[in-house]
Amino acid sequence: MSASVIEVRGVGKSYGEVRAVDDVSFDVPAGRLFGLIGHNGAGKSTLIRLMLGLIGADAGSIRLLGEPVAGARFREVRRHVGYLPENVAFYDNLTGVETLRFYAELKGATLRDCASLLEKAGLNHAAHLRPVRTYSKGMRQRLGFAQALLGEPRVLFLDEPTSGLDPEGVREFYHRLFELRDRGVTILLSSHNLAQIQDRVDALALLRNGRLQAAGTVQQLREALNLPATIRASLHEGVDGRVHELLAHLPGCTVSHGPGREISISCGQHDKVTVLSALLASDHLFNDLHIQEPSLEDVFLGYAKEKNNGIHAGD
Amino acid sequence: MAFMPAIELRPILVIARKEFWDRLRNRWVLAIAAIFTVFALVIAYFGAAQGGAVGFQNMDVTIVSLVSLVIYIVPLIALILGYDAVVGEGERGTLDLLLSQPLTRLELLLGKYCGLAGALAVSTVAGFGLVGILLSHGIGLPALARYGTFVMSTLLLGCAFLSLAVLVSVIASNRVVASGLAIALWFLFVLVYDLVLLGLLVATSGRKFAGVFPLLLLLNPADIFRILNVYAMEEVRALYGLATVMPDQLARPWLLCTAMLAWILVPLAAAYRLFRKP
Repeated sequence: MSASVIEVRGVGKSYGEVRAVDDVSFDVPAGRLFGLIGHNGAGKSTLIRLMLGLIGADAGSIRLLGEPVAGARFREVRRHVGYLPENVAFYDNLTGVETLRFYAELKGATLRDCASLLEKAGLNHAAHLRPVRTYSKGMRQRLGFAQALLGEPRVLFLDEPTSGLDPEGVREFYHRLFELRDRGVTILLSSHNLAQIQDRVDALALLRNGRLQAAGTVQQLREALNLPATIRASLHEGVDGRVHELLAHLPGCTVSHGPGREISISCGQHDKVTVLSALLASDHLFNDLHIQEPSLEDVFLGYAKEKNNGIHAGD
Repeated sequence: MAFMPAIELRPILVIARKEFWDRLRNRWVLAIAAIFTVFALVIAYFGAAQGGAVGFQNMDVTIVSLVSLVIYIVPLIALILGYDAVVGEGERGTLDLLLSQPLTRLELLLGKYCGLAGALAVSTVAGFGLVGILLSHGIGLPALARYGTFVMSTLLLGCAFLSLAVLVSVIASNRVVASGLAIALWFLFVLVYDLVLLGLLVATSGRKFAGVFPLLLLLNPADIFRILNVYAMEEVRALYGLATVMPDQLARPWLLCTAMLAWILVPLAAAYRLFRKP
Protein backbone atom coordinates (compact mmCIF):
# COMPACT_ATOMS: atom_id res chain seq x y z
CA MET A 1 0.00 0.00 0.00
CA SER A 2 1.29 3.46 -0.90
CA ALA A 3 2.25 5.92 1.83
CA SER A 4 -0.37 8.34 3.12
CA VAL A 5 -0.19 11.80 1.63
CA ILE A 6 -2.74 13.19 4.06
CA GLU A 7 -2.60 11.95 7.67
CA VAL A 8 -5.15 13.25 10.13
CA ARG A 9 -4.76 11.98 13.71
CA GLY A 10 -7.20 12.78 16.50
CA VAL A 11 -7.73 16.33 15.30
CA GLY A 12 -10.03 18.66 17.25
CA LYS A 13 -10.99 22.31 16.99
CA SER A 14 -13.38 24.35 19.13
CA TYR A 15 -14.85 27.80 18.69
CA GLY A 16 -15.93 28.82 22.16
CA GLU A 17 -18.42 26.20 23.32
CA VAL A 18 -18.85 24.73 19.86
CA ARG A 19 -16.75 21.67 19.02
CA ALA A 20 -16.42 22.21 15.25
CA VAL A 21 -14.12 19.20 14.69
CA ASP A 22 -13.83 16.45 17.27
CA ASP A 23 -11.23 13.66 17.35
CA VAL A 24 -11.13 13.07 13.59
CA SER A 25 -8.62 10.59 12.15
CA PHE A 26 -8.19 9.29 8.62
CA ASP A 27 -5.55 8.70 5.95
CA VAL A 28 -5.57 9.43 2.24
CA PRO A 29 -3.00 7.42 0.28
CA ALA A 30 -1.22 8.88 -2.77
CA GLY A 31 -3.13 9.09 -6.04
CA ARG A 32 -6.61 8.78 -4.53
CA LEU A 33 -9.73 10.84 -5.10
CA PHE A 34 -11.14 11.18 -1.60
CA GLY A 35 -14.55 12.68 -0.79
CA LEU A 36 -15.56 14.51 2.35
CA ILE A 37 -19.30 14.62 2.92
CA GLY A 38 -21.54 15.80 5.72
CA HIS A 39 -24.50 18.02 6.50
CA ASN A 40 -24.25 21.82 6.57
CA GLY A 41 -22.06 22.80 9.50
CA ALA A 42 -20.69 19.25 9.90
CA GLY A 43 -17.15 20.65 9.94
CA LYS A 44 -15.99 19.89 6.38
CA SER A 45 -14.61 23.35 5.58
CA THR A 46 -13.08 23.68 9.07
CA LEU A 47 -11.35 20.33 8.62
CA ILE A 48 -9.99 21.41 5.21
CA ARG A 49 -8.73 24.68 6.71
CA LEU A 50 -7.08 22.67 9.51
CA MET A 51 -5.44 20.36 6.99
CA LEU A 52 -4.05 23.39 5.15
CA GLY A 53 -2.75 24.94 8.37
CA LEU A 54 -4.95 28.03 7.93
CA ILE A 55 -6.21 27.50 11.46
CA GLY A 56 -4.49 25.69 14.29
CA ALA A 57 -5.89 22.51 15.82
CA ASP A 58 -6.59 22.30 19.57
CA ALA A 59 -5.75 18.61 19.55
CA GLY A 60 -4.17 15.97 17.33
CA SER A 61 -1.78 16.25 14.43
CA ILE A 62 -1.94 16.67 10.67
CA ARG A 63 0.78 15.73 8.18
CA LEU A 64 0.81 16.54 4.49
CA LEU A 65 3.31 14.72 2.26
CA GLY A 66 4.87 13.34 5.43
CA GLU A 67 5.52 16.76 6.99
CA PRO A 68 3.69 18.54 9.82
CA VAL A 69 1.39 21.05 8.17
CA ALA A 70 2.77 24.04 10.10
CA GLY A 71 6.30 22.75 10.58
CA ALA A 72 9.72 23.96 9.51
CA ARG A 73 9.16 22.83 5.90
CA PHE A 74 5.71 24.41 5.58
CA ARG A 75 6.73 26.47 2.52
CA GLU A 76 7.94 23.37 0.71
CA VAL A 77 4.70 21.57 1.57
CA ARG A 78 2.51 24.46 0.44
CA ARG A 79 4.29 24.71 -2.90
CA HIS A 80 3.00 21.19 -3.57
CA VAL A 81 -0.55 21.91 -2.39
CA GLY A 82 -3.40 23.38 -4.43
CA TYR A 83 -6.50 24.78 -2.74
CA LEU A 84 -9.86 25.85 -4.07
CA PRO A 85 -11.89 27.40 -1.23
CA GLU A 86 -15.67 27.21 -1.02
CA ASN A 87 -17.20 30.23 -2.80
CA VAL A 88 -13.79 31.27 -4.05
CA ALA A 89 -13.31 35.06 -4.28
CA PHE A 90 -10.71 37.06 -6.17
CA TYR A 91 -9.66 40.68 -6.55
CA ASP A 92 -12.33 42.19 -8.79
CA ASN A 93 -10.01 44.71 -10.42
CA LEU A 94 -7.56 42.09 -11.75
CA THR A 95 -8.10 40.21 -15.01
CA GLY A 96 -8.13 36.42 -15.09
CA VAL A 97 -4.55 36.16 -16.25
CA GLU A 98 -3.33 38.82 -13.77
CA THR A 99 -5.03 36.92 -10.97
CA LEU A 100 -3.28 33.72 -11.94
CA ARG A 101 0.09 35.47 -12.27
CA PHE A 102 -0.27 36.96 -8.80
CA TYR A 103 -0.83 33.56 -7.21
CA ALA A 104 1.86 31.96 -9.41
CA GLU A 105 4.40 34.50 -8.14
CA LEU A 106 3.37 33.90 -4.54
CA LYS A 107 3.68 30.18 -5.02
CA GLY A 108 6.96 30.42 -6.90
CA ALA A 109 5.35 28.68 -9.90
CA THR A 110 6.26 29.42 -13.49
CA LEU A 111 4.26 32.23 -15.13
CA ARG A 112 4.49 30.51 -18.52
CA ASP A 113 1.70 28.06 -17.70
CA CYS A 114 -0.92 30.65 -16.69
CA ALA A 115 -2.57 31.02 -20.11
CA SER A 116 -2.66 27.26 -20.79
CA LEU A 117 -4.10 26.58 -17.31
CA LEU A 118 -6.90 29.07 -18.00
CA GLU A 119 -7.59 27.46 -21.39
CA LYS A 120 -7.67 24.01 -19.80
CA ALA A 121 -10.04 25.28 -17.13
CA GLY A 122 -12.44 26.30 -19.92
CA LEU A 123 -11.82 30.06 -19.90
CA ASN A 124 -11.31 31.39 -23.42
CA HIS A 125 -8.75 34.01 -24.42
CA ALA A 126 -11.24 36.91 -24.22
CA ALA A 127 -11.99 35.94 -20.60
CA HIS A 128 -8.28 36.00 -19.71
CA LEU A 129 -8.19 39.74 -20.26
CA ARG A 130 -11.51 40.64 -18.62
CA PRO A 131 -11.64 41.86 -15.01
CA VAL A 132 -12.79 39.14 -12.63
CA ARG A 133 -15.72 41.33 -11.53
CA THR A 134 -17.37 40.56 -14.91
CA TYR A 135 -17.07 36.78 -14.39
CA SER A 136 -20.07 34.54 -13.70
CA LYS A 137 -20.02 32.17 -10.69
CA GLY A 138 -19.01 29.29 -12.93
CA MET A 139 -16.17 31.28 -14.49
CA ARG A 140 -14.84 32.21 -11.05
CA GLN A 141 -14.95 28.56 -10.12
CA ARG A 142 -12.98 27.66 -13.26
CA LEU A 143 -10.45 30.39 -12.46
CA GLY A 144 -10.23 29.03 -8.91
CA PHE A 145 -9.54 25.55 -10.25
CA ALA A 146 -6.83 26.88 -12.60
CA GLN A 147 -5.31 28.68 -9.60
CA ALA A 148 -5.32 25.46 -7.56
CA LEU A 149 -3.34 23.73 -10.33
CA LEU A 150 -0.51 26.30 -10.34
CA GLY A 151 2.90 24.76 -9.77
CA GLU A 152 1.75 21.19 -10.53
CA PRO A 153 0.57 20.35 -7.01
CA ARG A 154 0.87 16.86 -5.55
CA VAL A 155 -2.14 17.36 -3.27
CA LEU A 156 -5.38 19.17 -4.07
CA PHE A 157 -7.97 20.39 -1.56
CA LEU A 158 -11.19 21.31 -3.31
CA ASP A 159 -14.04 22.68 -1.20
CA GLU A 160 -17.36 22.33 -3.07
CA PRO A 161 -15.54 22.60 -6.39
CA THR A 162 -18.48 22.11 -8.75
CA SER A 163 -20.87 24.69 -7.31
CA GLY A 164 -21.81 27.08 -10.11
CA LEU A 165 -20.74 24.69 -12.89
CA ASP A 166 -23.26 23.47 -15.48
CA PRO A 167 -23.54 19.69 -16.15
CA GLU A 168 -21.07 19.90 -19.02
CA GLY A 169 -18.66 21.82 -16.80
CA VAL A 170 -19.04 19.22 -14.05
CA ARG A 171 -18.22 16.40 -16.48
CA GLU A 172 -15.14 18.26 -17.81
CA PHE A 173 -14.07 19.01 -14.25
CA TYR A 174 -14.14 15.37 -13.17
CA HIS A 175 -12.42 14.36 -16.38
CA ARG A 176 -9.53 16.67 -15.39
CA LEU A 177 -9.58 15.27 -11.86
CA PHE A 178 -9.29 11.71 -13.16
CA GLU A 179 -6.35 12.75 -15.36
CA LEU A 180 -4.64 14.31 -12.35
CA ARG A 181 -5.34 11.29 -10.18
CA ASP A 182 -3.90 9.02 -12.85
CA ARG A 183 -0.74 11.11 -12.73
CA GLY A 184 -0.52 10.43 -8.99
CA VAL A 185 -2.06 13.61 -7.60
CA THR A 186 -3.92 13.08 -4.34
CA ILE A 187 -7.26 14.87 -4.29
CA LEU A 188 -9.55 15.62 -1.36
CA LEU A 189 -12.86 17.21 -2.25
CA SER A 190 -15.89 18.12 -0.20
CA SER A 191 -19.33 18.12 -1.77
CA HIS A 192 -23.00 18.35 -1.00
CA ASN A 193 -23.85 16.77 -4.31
CA LEU A 194 -23.84 13.11 -3.31
CA ALA A 195 -25.18 11.83 -6.64
CA GLN A 196 -22.31 13.60 -8.39
CA ILE A 197 -19.53 12.04 -6.35
CA GLN A 198 -20.83 8.56 -5.48
CA ASP A 199 -19.38 6.86 -8.57
CA ARG A 200 -16.37 9.15 -8.86
CA VAL A 201 -14.54 9.06 -5.54
CA ASP A 202 -12.27 6.18 -4.55
CA ALA A 203 -13.19 6.52 -0.87
CA LEU A 204 -14.84 9.03 1.39
CA ALA A 205 -15.30 10.21 4.94
CA LEU A 206 -18.65 11.15 6.43
CA LEU A 207 -18.66 13.89 9.06
CA ARG A 208 -21.50 14.53 11.46
CA ASN A 209 -21.42 17.32 14.03
CA GLY A 210 -17.65 17.53 13.73
CA ARG A 211 -17.07 13.80 14.28
CA LEU A 212 -16.04 11.20 11.75
CA GLN A 213 -19.06 8.96 11.46
CA ALA A 214 -17.79 6.64 8.75
CA ALA A 215 -14.93 6.25 6.30
CA GLY A 216 -14.28 3.86 3.43
CA THR A 217 -15.43 3.15 -0.10
CA VAL A 218 -19.09 3.75 -0.96
CA GLN A 219 -19.62 -0.04 -1.13
CA GLN A 220 -18.00 -0.53 2.29
CA LEU A 221 -20.32 2.09 3.75
CA ARG A 222 -23.35 0.37 2.18
CA GLU A 223 -22.26 -2.95 3.61
CA ALA A 224 -21.54 -1.52 7.05
CA LEU A 225 -25.12 -0.28 7.23
CA ASN A 226 -26.44 -3.40 5.44
CA LEU A 227 -28.66 -1.18 3.31
CA PRO A 228 -30.83 -3.37 1.06
CA ALA A 229 -30.24 -3.64 -2.67
CA THR A 230 -33.33 -3.44 -4.84
CA ILE A 231 -33.95 -5.76 -7.79
CA ARG A 232 -36.68 -4.65 -10.14
CA ALA A 233 -38.17 -7.52 -12.16
CA SER A 234 -40.65 -7.39 -15.03
CA LEU A 235 -42.74 -10.61 -15.08
CA HIS A 236 -44.09 -12.65 -17.98
CA GLU A 237 -47.88 -13.21 -18.18
CA GLY A 238 -49.26 -15.92 -15.89
CA VAL A 239 -46.15 -16.59 -13.81
CA ASP A 240 -47.07 -14.62 -10.68
CA GLY A 241 -47.71 -17.68 -8.57
CA ARG A 242 -44.43 -19.33 -9.51
CA VAL A 243 -42.48 -16.14 -8.86
CA HIS A 244 -44.00 -15.75 -5.40
CA GLU A 245 -43.23 -19.35 -4.63
CA LEU A 246 -39.61 -18.81 -5.72
CA LEU A 247 -39.21 -15.65 -3.63
CA ALA A 248 -40.73 -17.31 -0.54
CA HIS A 249 -37.75 -19.67 -0.47
CA LEU A 250 -35.11 -16.91 -0.80
CA PRO A 251 -33.55 -15.40 2.34
CA GLY A 252 -34.41 -11.90 3.59
CA CYS A 253 -36.50 -10.77 0.63
CA THR A 254 -39.37 -8.30 0.78
CA VAL A 255 -41.48 -7.80 -2.31
CA SER A 256 -43.57 -4.84 -3.38
CA HIS A 257 -45.63 -4.43 -6.54
CA GLY A 258 -44.79 -1.68 -8.96
CA PRO A 259 -46.62 -0.39 -12.02
CA GLY A 260 -47.87 -2.95 -14.61
CA ARG A 261 -46.18 -6.33 -14.27
CA GLU A 262 -43.18 -4.99 -12.35
CA ILE A 263 -42.18 -6.07 -8.86
CA SER A 264 -39.43 -4.73 -6.57
CA ILE A 265 -37.44 -7.22 -4.53
CA SER A 266 -35.52 -5.79 -1.62
CA CYS A 267 -32.73 -7.86 -0.08
CA GLY A 268 -29.80 -7.34 2.23
CA GLN A 269 -26.28 -6.76 0.87
CA HIS A 270 -25.14 -10.16 2.15
CA ASP A 271 -28.03 -12.01 0.44
CA LYS A 272 -27.80 -10.09 -2.81
CA VAL A 273 -25.74 -12.63 -4.75
CA THR A 274 -27.85 -15.59 -3.58
CA VAL A 275 -31.08 -13.87 -4.60
CA LEU A 276 -29.72 -12.76 -7.96
CA SER A 277 -28.42 -16.28 -8.74
CA ALA A 278 -31.82 -17.76 -7.96
CA LEU A 279 -33.62 -15.23 -10.14
CA LEU A 280 -31.21 -15.77 -13.03
CA ALA A 281 -31.66 -19.55 -12.72
CA SER A 282 -35.40 -18.95 -13.34
CA ASP A 283 -34.89 -16.38 -16.09
CA HIS A 284 -37.82 -17.85 -18.10
CA LEU A 285 -40.13 -16.15 -15.58
CA PHE A 286 -38.83 -12.65 -16.25
CA ASN A 287 -38.84 -10.18 -19.12
CA ASP A 288 -36.15 -8.03 -17.53
CA LEU A 289 -34.10 -7.75 -14.33
CA HIS A 290 -32.53 -4.56 -13.04
CA ILE A 291 -30.44 -4.22 -9.88
CA GLN A 292 -30.24 -0.93 -8.05
CA GLU A 293 -27.68 -0.38 -5.29
CA PRO A 294 -28.49 2.04 -2.46
CA SER A 295 -27.30 5.48 -3.47
CA LEU A 296 -24.81 7.55 -1.48
CA GLU A 297 -27.80 9.61 -0.44
CA ASP A 298 -29.37 6.46 1.05
CA VAL A 299 -26.07 5.76 2.84
CA PHE A 300 -25.93 9.35 4.11
CA LEU A 301 -29.50 9.22 5.39
CA GLY A 302 -28.89 5.74 6.80
CA TYR A 303 -26.02 7.04 8.91
CA ALA A 304 -28.11 10.04 9.93
CA LYS A 305 -30.54 7.61 11.55
CA GLU A 306 -27.81 5.67 13.29
CA LYS A 307 -27.82 6.24 17.01
CA ASN A 308 -24.40 4.74 17.39
CA ASN A 309 -21.81 7.12 15.96
CA GLY A 310 -19.07 4.52 16.07
CA ILE A 311 -19.70 2.66 12.82
CA HIS A 312 -16.60 2.64 10.65
CA ALA A 313 -16.32 0.86 7.39
CA GLY A 314 -12.99 -0.87 6.91
CA ASP A 315 -10.29 0.68 4.78
CA MET B 1 6.91 26.18 21.56
CA ALA B 2 5.57 27.60 18.29
CA PHE B 3 7.77 27.32 15.25
CA MET B 4 8.90 30.70 13.87
CA PRO B 5 9.93 30.52 10.20
CA ALA B 6 12.58 32.83 8.73
CA ILE B 7 11.29 35.80 6.77
CA GLU B 8 11.53 35.56 2.98
CA LEU B 9 11.65 38.69 0.85
CA ARG B 10 9.92 37.40 -2.28
CA PRO B 11 6.36 37.01 -0.90
CA ILE B 12 6.65 40.44 0.76
CA LEU B 13 7.61 41.99 -2.58
CA VAL B 14 4.82 40.20 -4.47
CA ILE B 15 2.16 41.40 -2.01
CA ALA B 16 3.67 44.91 -1.81
CA ARG B 17 3.81 45.25 -5.58
CA LYS B 18 0.15 44.24 -5.92
CA GLU B 19 -0.96 46.73 -3.25
CA PHE B 20 1.09 49.49 -4.84
CA TRP B 21 -0.10 48.84 -8.40
CA ASP B 22 -3.72 48.63 -7.22
CA ARG B 23 -3.40 52.17 -5.83
CA LEU B 24 -1.59 53.40 -8.91
CA ARG B 25 -4.10 51.82 -11.27
CA ASN B 26 -7.22 53.11 -9.53
CA ARG B 27 -5.61 56.59 -9.61
CA TRP B 28 -5.45 56.85 -5.83
CA VAL B 29 -1.80 57.90 -5.99
CA LEU B 30 -2.51 60.48 -8.69
CA ALA B 31 -5.48 61.95 -6.81
CA ILE B 32 -3.58 62.30 -3.53
CA ALA B 33 -0.51 63.75 -5.28
CA ALA B 34 -2.76 66.30 -7.03
CA ILE B 35 -4.39 67.26 -3.72
CA PHE B 36 -0.98 67.79 -2.10
CA THR B 37 0.27 69.81 -5.08
CA VAL B 38 -2.74 72.11 -5.13
CA PHE B 39 -2.75 72.66 -1.38
CA ALA B 40 0.99 73.28 -1.28
CA LEU B 41 0.82 75.75 -4.16
CA VAL B 42 -2.11 77.67 -2.72
CA ILE B 43 -0.55 77.78 0.74
CA ALA B 44 2.86 78.79 -0.60
CA TYR B 45 1.27 81.63 -2.54
CA PHE B 46 -1.24 82.87 0.03
CA GLY B 47 0.51 81.67 3.18
CA ALA B 48 1.84 85.12 4.05
CA ALA B 49 -1.43 86.88 3.29
CA GLN B 50 -2.00 87.66 6.98
CA GLY B 51 1.17 89.71 6.81
CA GLY B 52 -0.33 91.71 3.98
CA ALA B 53 1.56 90.10 1.12
CA VAL B 54 0.92 87.32 -1.39
CA GLY B 55 3.33 85.38 -3.56
CA PHE B 56 6.11 82.83 -3.00
CA GLN B 57 8.01 84.70 -0.31
CA ASN B 58 8.98 83.00 2.90
CA MET B 59 9.68 79.26 3.03
CA ASP B 60 9.38 79.03 6.82
CA VAL B 61 5.95 80.61 6.82
CA THR B 62 4.94 78.32 3.97
CA ILE B 63 6.10 75.27 5.90
CA VAL B 64 4.24 76.33 9.03
CA SER B 65 1.04 76.78 7.04
CA LEU B 66 1.57 73.42 5.33
CA VAL B 67 2.19 71.74 8.69
CA SER B 68 -1.19 72.99 9.92
CA LEU B 69 -2.82 71.43 6.90
CA VAL B 70 -0.82 68.21 6.73
CA ILE B 71 -1.45 67.45 10.38
CA TYR B 72 -5.17 67.10 9.59
CA ILE B 73 -5.12 65.59 6.15
CA VAL B 74 -2.21 63.08 6.09
CA PRO B 75 -3.37 61.03 9.12
CA LEU B 76 -6.82 60.86 7.56
CA ILE B 77 -5.45 59.73 4.19
CA ALA B 78 -3.20 57.10 5.80
CA LEU B 79 -6.04 55.74 7.94
CA ILE B 80 -8.37 55.53 4.93
CA LEU B 81 -5.60 53.84 2.95
CA GLY B 82 -4.95 51.06 5.44
CA TYR B 83 -8.02 50.50 7.64
CA ASP B 84 -9.24 47.51 5.58
CA ALA B 85 -5.86 46.02 4.64
CA VAL B 86 -6.54 42.73 6.44
CA VAL B 87 -10.21 42.85 7.44
CA GLY B 88 -11.08 43.71 3.82
CA GLU B 89 -9.36 40.55 2.59
CA GLY B 90 -11.33 38.54 5.14
CA GLU B 91 -14.62 40.13 4.18
CA ARG B 92 -14.03 39.72 0.43
CA GLY B 93 -13.17 36.06 1.03
CA THR B 94 -9.66 36.33 -0.40
CA LEU B 95 -7.74 35.89 2.86
CA ASP B 96 -7.87 32.08 3.04
CA LEU B 97 -6.47 31.68 -0.44
CA LEU B 98 -3.67 34.15 0.35
CA LEU B 99 -2.77 32.38 3.58
CA SER B 100 -2.74 28.99 1.87
CA GLN B 101 0.22 30.15 -0.24
CA PRO B 102 3.83 29.59 0.84
CA LEU B 103 4.02 32.74 2.95
CA THR B 104 3.78 33.60 6.65
CA ARG B 105 1.31 35.96 8.24
CA LEU B 106 4.17 38.34 9.04
CA GLU B 107 5.20 38.43 5.38
CA LEU B 108 1.60 39.15 4.40
CA LEU B 109 1.37 42.04 6.89
CA LEU B 110 4.76 43.47 5.85
CA GLY B 111 3.89 43.16 2.16
CA LYS B 112 0.60 44.96 2.68
CA TYR B 113 2.28 47.67 4.74
CA CYS B 114 5.18 48.23 2.33
CA GLY B 115 2.89 48.41 -0.70
CA LEU B 116 0.55 50.92 0.93
CA ALA B 117 3.45 52.93 2.37
CA GLY B 118 4.99 52.99 -1.11
CA ALA B 119 1.78 54.40 -2.58
CA LEU B 120 1.64 57.02 0.19
CA ALA B 121 5.33 57.88 -0.29
CA VAL B 122 5.03 58.33 -4.05
CA SER B 123 1.98 60.58 -3.77
CA THR B 124 3.56 62.62 -0.94
CA VAL B 125 6.94 63.06 -2.61
CA ALA B 126 5.36 63.72 -6.03
CA GLY B 127 2.79 66.19 -4.68
CA PHE B 128 5.03 68.21 -2.37
CA GLY B 129 8.16 67.59 -4.42
CA LEU B 130 6.65 69.27 -7.47
CA VAL B 131 5.95 72.37 -5.41
CA GLY B 132 9.46 72.16 -3.92
CA ILE B 133 10.92 72.32 -7.42
CA LEU B 134 8.74 75.31 -8.25
CA LEU B 135 9.76 77.07 -5.04
CA SER B 136 13.43 76.29 -5.45
CA HIS B 137 13.84 79.39 -7.63
CA GLY B 138 15.21 82.24 -5.61
CA ILE B 139 15.36 80.56 -2.21
CA GLY B 140 18.52 79.38 -0.51
CA LEU B 141 19.64 75.85 0.12
CA PRO B 142 18.91 75.97 3.88
CA ALA B 143 15.29 76.85 3.19
CA LEU B 144 15.06 74.09 0.62
CA ALA B 145 16.57 71.65 3.12
CA ARG B 146 13.90 72.65 5.63
CA TYR B 147 11.28 71.97 2.98
CA GLY B 148 12.90 68.56 2.36
CA THR B 149 12.71 67.86 6.09
CA PHE B 150 9.04 68.80 6.02
CA VAL B 151 8.34 66.36 3.16
CA MET B 152 10.22 63.54 4.90
CA SER B 153 8.48 64.18 8.22
CA THR B 154 5.15 64.19 6.37
CA LEU B 155 6.05 60.77 5.06
CA LEU B 156 6.92 59.56 8.56
CA LEU B 157 3.63 60.93 9.88
CA GLY B 158 1.78 59.09 7.11
CA CYS B 159 3.67 55.86 7.85
CA ALA B 160 2.86 56.11 11.57
CA PHE B 161 -0.86 56.48 10.91
CA LEU B 162 -0.69 53.75 8.27
CA SER B 163 0.75 51.48 10.96
CA LEU B 164 -2.18 52.35 13.21
CA ALA B 165 -4.54 51.68 10.30
CA VAL B 166 -3.06 48.21 9.73
CA LEU B 167 -3.47 47.51 13.46
CA VAL B 168 -7.11 48.58 13.19
CA SER B 169 -7.55 46.29 10.16
CA VAL B 170 -6.37 43.34 12.24
CA ILE B 171 -8.41 44.16 15.35
CA ALA B 172 -11.74 44.92 13.67
CA SER B 173 -14.20 42.13 12.94
CA ASN B 174 -15.53 43.83 9.82
CA ARG B 175 -14.91 46.87 7.64
CA VAL B 176 -17.62 49.00 9.26
CA VAL B 177 -16.03 48.54 12.68
CA ALA B 178 -12.61 49.20 11.17
CA SER B 179 -13.72 52.47 9.60
CA GLY B 180 -15.28 53.52 12.92
CA LEU B 181 -12.07 52.76 14.78
CA ALA B 182 -10.00 54.62 12.17
CA ILE B 183 -12.16 57.74 12.48
CA ALA B 184 -12.01 57.50 16.28
CA LEU B 185 -8.19 57.38 16.12
CA TRP B 186 -8.14 60.42 13.86
CA PHE B 187 -10.36 62.37 16.28
CA LEU B 188 -8.26 61.27 19.22
CA PHE B 189 -4.82 62.11 17.85
CA VAL B 190 -5.62 65.08 15.63
CA LEU B 191 -8.40 66.89 17.48
CA VAL B 192 -8.94 65.69 21.03
CA TYR B 193 -5.45 64.95 22.34
CA ASP B 194 -4.06 68.49 22.10
CA LEU B 195 -7.23 70.01 23.50
CA VAL B 196 -7.13 67.72 26.52
CA LEU B 197 -3.44 68.46 27.02
CA LEU B 198 -4.00 72.19 26.77
CA GLY B 199 -6.95 71.96 29.10
CA LEU B 200 -4.85 70.13 31.68
CA LEU B 201 -2.05 72.67 31.35
CA VAL B 202 -4.39 75.59 31.82
CA ALA B 203 -6.32 73.98 34.66
CA THR B 204 -3.15 73.18 36.59
CA SER B 205 -1.31 76.32 35.49
CA GLY B 206 1.32 74.02 34.02
CA ARG B 207 2.65 73.01 37.41
CA LYS B 208 1.69 69.36 37.77
CA PHE B 209 2.48 68.39 34.19
CA ALA B 210 5.77 70.18 33.73
CA GLY B 211 7.72 66.94 34.15
CA VAL B 212 5.65 64.64 31.99
CA PHE B 213 4.57 67.17 29.39
CA PRO B 214 7.34 66.35 26.88
CA LEU B 215 6.58 62.66 27.26
CA LEU B 216 2.88 63.26 26.70
CA LEU B 217 3.69 65.09 23.47
CA LEU B 218 5.72 62.11 22.27
CA LEU B 219 2.67 59.92 22.77
CA ASN B 220 1.01 61.53 19.77
CA PRO B 221 2.61 61.19 16.31
CA ALA B 222 0.83 64.32 15.13
CA ASP B 223 2.50 66.34 17.90
CA ILE B 224 5.90 64.86 17.09
CA PHE B 225 5.42 65.92 13.48
CA ARG B 226 4.47 69.46 14.54
CA ILE B 227 7.46 69.79 16.83
CA LEU B 228 9.85 68.38 14.22
CA ASN B 229 8.84 71.04 11.75
CA VAL B 230 8.09 74.06 13.85
CA TYR B 231 10.45 73.96 16.76
CA ALA B 232 13.54 73.93 14.57
CA MET B 233 12.71 77.34 13.16
CA GLU B 234 13.58 80.16 15.48
CA GLU B 235 11.52 82.93 13.93
CA VAL B 236 8.54 80.63 13.47
CA ARG B 237 8.53 79.56 17.11
CA ALA B 238 7.76 83.10 18.08
CA LEU B 239 5.24 83.46 15.30
CA TYR B 240 3.53 80.21 16.24
CA GLY B 241 3.40 81.15 19.89
CA LEU B 242 5.00 77.88 20.82
CA ALA B 243 8.10 79.10 22.54
CA THR B 244 6.27 79.42 25.82
CA VAL B 245 4.80 75.91 25.93
CA MET B 246 7.30 73.81 23.98
CA PRO B 247 9.68 72.09 26.39
CA ASP B 248 13.36 72.31 25.66
CA GLN B 249 13.81 68.57 26.25
CA LEU B 250 12.18 67.94 22.88
CA ALA B 251 14.60 70.08 20.87
CA ARG B 252 16.46 66.97 19.77
CA PRO B 253 15.70 65.78 16.24
CA TRP B 254 17.05 62.27 16.95
CA LEU B 255 14.65 61.87 19.86
CA LEU B 256 11.71 63.01 17.75
CA CYS B 257 12.70 60.74 14.86
CA THR B 258 13.14 57.77 17.20
CA ALA B 259 9.70 58.43 18.69
CA MET B 260 8.22 58.59 15.20
CA LEU B 261 9.91 55.32 14.23
CA ALA B 262 8.47 53.77 17.37
CA TRP B 263 5.04 54.95 16.23
CA ILE B 264 5.63 53.08 12.98
CA LEU B 265 7.05 49.89 14.46
CA VAL B 266 5.02 49.39 17.64
CA PRO B 267 1.54 49.33 16.05
CA LEU B 268 2.87 47.04 13.30
CA ALA B 269 4.36 44.69 15.90
CA ALA B 270 1.06 44.73 17.80
CA ALA B 271 -0.80 43.98 14.56
CA TYR B 272 1.44 40.98 13.92
CA ARG B 273 1.01 39.74 17.48
CA LEU B 274 -2.76 39.76 17.07
CA PHE B 275 -2.71 38.39 13.53
CA ARG B 276 -0.17 35.59 13.91
CA LYS B 277 -2.41 33.20 15.85
CA PRO B 278 -4.34 31.24 13.28
